[in-house]
Amino acid sequence: MNRIDGVFAQLKTAGRTALIPYITAGDPSPSVTVAIMHRLVTAGADILELGVPFSDPMADGPVIQRASERALAQGVGLNDVLAMVAAFRATDRTTPVVLMGYANPIEAMGTESFADRARTAGVDGVLVVDYPPEEAAEFAALLGARSLAPIFLLSPTTPVARIAMVAKIARGYVYYVSLKGVTGAGNIDTAEVARRLAEIRRHIALPVGVGFGIRDAASAKAIAAHADAVVIGSRIIQEIETGTPDAAPERAGAWLAGIRGALDSMQKRAA
Amino acid sequence: MQMYDLPDSRGHFGPYGGVFVAETLIRALDELKTQYARYRHDAAFVVEFEDELAHYVGRPTPVYHAKRWSEKLGGAQIWLKREDLNHTGAHKINNCIGQALLAKRLGKPRVIAETGAGQHGVATATVAARFGMECVVYMGSEDIKRQAQNVFRMTLLGATVVPVESGSKTLKDALNEAMRDWVTNVDTTFYIIGTVAGPHPYPMMVRDFQSVIGRECLTQMPAAAGRQPDAVIACVGGGSNAMGIFYPYLSHENVRLIGVEAAGEGIATGRHSASLTAGRPGVLHGNRTYLLQDANGQITETHSISAGLDYPGVGPEHAWLKDSKRAEYVSITDDEALAAFHECCRIEGIIPALESSHALAYAAKIAATMPRDKVLLVNLSGRGDKDMNTVAERSGLKFYCRPECDSGRRAR
Repeated sequence: MNRIDGVFAQLKTAGRTALIPYITAGDPSPSVTVAIMHRLVTAGADILELGVPFSDPMADGPVIQRASERALAQGVGLNDVLAMVAAFRATDRTTPVVLMGYANPIEAMGTESFADRARTAGVDGVLVVDYPPEEAAEFAALLGARSLAPIFLLSPTTPVARIAMVAKIARGYVYYVSLKGVTGAGNIDTAEVARRLAEIRRHIALPVGVGFGIRDAASAKAIAAHADAVVIGSRIIQEIETGTPDAAPERAGAWLAGIRGALDSMQKRAA
Repeated sequence: MQMYDLPDSRGHFGPYGGVFVAETLIRALDELKTQYARYRHDAAFVVEFEDELAHYVGRPTPVYHAKRWSEKLGGAQIWLKREDLNHTGAHKINNCIGQALLAKRLGKPRVIAETGAGQHGVATATVAARFGMECVVYMGSEDIKRQAQNVFRMTLLGATVVPVESGSKTLKDALNEAMRDWVTNVDTTFYIIGTVAGPHPYPMMVRDFQSVIGRECLTQMPAAAGRQPDAVIACVGGGSNAMGIFYPYLSHENVRLIGVEAAGEGIATGRHSASLTAGRPGVLHGNRTYLLQDANGQITETHSISAGLDYPGVGPEHAWLKDSKRAEYVSITDDEALAAFHECCRIEGIIPALESSHALAYAAKIAATMPRDKVLLVNLSGRGDKDMNTVAERSGLKFYCRPECDSGRRAR
């Protein structure tokens, strides 16, 4: 069983919502990325999303663009990101790691070579932002053959027919983008998210994570009431970028622990 | 040659093209694809498009025999397709008219665009004024500095120019930012892409709107020159003027199609924009095509004397025409383009755009090696008024500076 499926099975039994932080690999410095990953796990992360820096992050807002630029300025490439995952895996055999990024760095490495190396490094899932399902069948098969989960986005504008198409090739979980727009934008309409999640669940049996626009305990709790997982990116990057690189793991961890506490208190009340 | 009917229904030209965008944009692209399929052969739409081209843009543009230049070169006869005579001074307006008419039918009150040199931005601002639409143009802050006059033109036309500070602060970053705007405002906004790149249906749609250029040549050349050309030559940045003139000639197998990329300071220096000559296939801005990239798959910064060719990708149909060998792709350096620019000014009395000067330079190069009865048709895609500053700076002149600049009495 893929580690992602294992985590969601456990959480379901425990009646808890998964907490999935996103960070960009190599930000603020390649030397602290693995430390940030471990600290996020101790703060209560269930799955880690690790961003692969790219020169042209079209779907990202200014916060994640800055993170990508900081990492690129230090020469961080896909090779380095895989090495970071391997280093993390040396001491953490249980927390799933999902790579999130854009197609070109993966195609530059070669999709098959990437899939092999991701498997060896200990990656569990891959989300390529600019591979919609129509263009991703071959890539999803390469991942699937290595027990890696191809993860796909669904958006407020995704029609039902496409949800069914995604259901056929997605594994691990699907990631519902709760807003029109880029990462880090705007505020969430929780009622609308709840309505859309109900629709998605009629077509997809996988857990549904929700991200884009979650920035504090209140928005995390509001989403957790409906979603299987809460994904938080830009807000954590903001913690990471304000202060010295060496203290970044602690800032990110302390902030995420607050969210974890809020989610757990809510779920205890619900139980 | 087999019947050419590319792209396929999902926008592929062989392995190139396609739709490589985040899920959030899929519905807008599907809507555009459906609506474009509906209107591209709709009689009322076609009539309105042609009427705008005739009475607003000033089409058809003539083909012109550059007799004195041909004589001087002593070889093949050079003919120019005068896209520089269009309203706003370049071929860009053809496509903007087509997309604005679509935006109108889709009920979108707001149009956005990316621009590098500012030509596509000016053309978009122009049609937005013409059709009463709100217009926002994204432009890299580096390009804004280099192209102040076009920024002013866009502002005069009522557009808002938004400086883009991310990445290399040039055209590719402006395109990223326009995409981000579109994702966010997709219900009210039509994104007018300026070249034959981006996700399907843009490469096909822009090609179709621009192919009026080649269609006119097909009927003009026999009448004016007594025959079709031996070769059609056009500059290639994203590649819209080249696709526009190549496309109607694809089935004329004995007509060579030659795309001219910007070799900048020389391919070997790495400071160029020649994606087809020196790039590798990859995915950027919604399509798979040849890209200038490093070993890690990061897009590299490009250089050309002409801002309109300064782009690290190229339209996917050109990638396919290269691989299938239907078209040839060559490159011309900054210095060669500049020399052709001056020749054209002095011998023909036409000030060409620096982009088009790349095509002129290659034509001049091969004309000299060919017999006098051969015919080369060059797409003179734009006029050079916008390039006065660049050319003057290259020559060490500052003609555009008011006298007080030099005396240090700069007005506050």
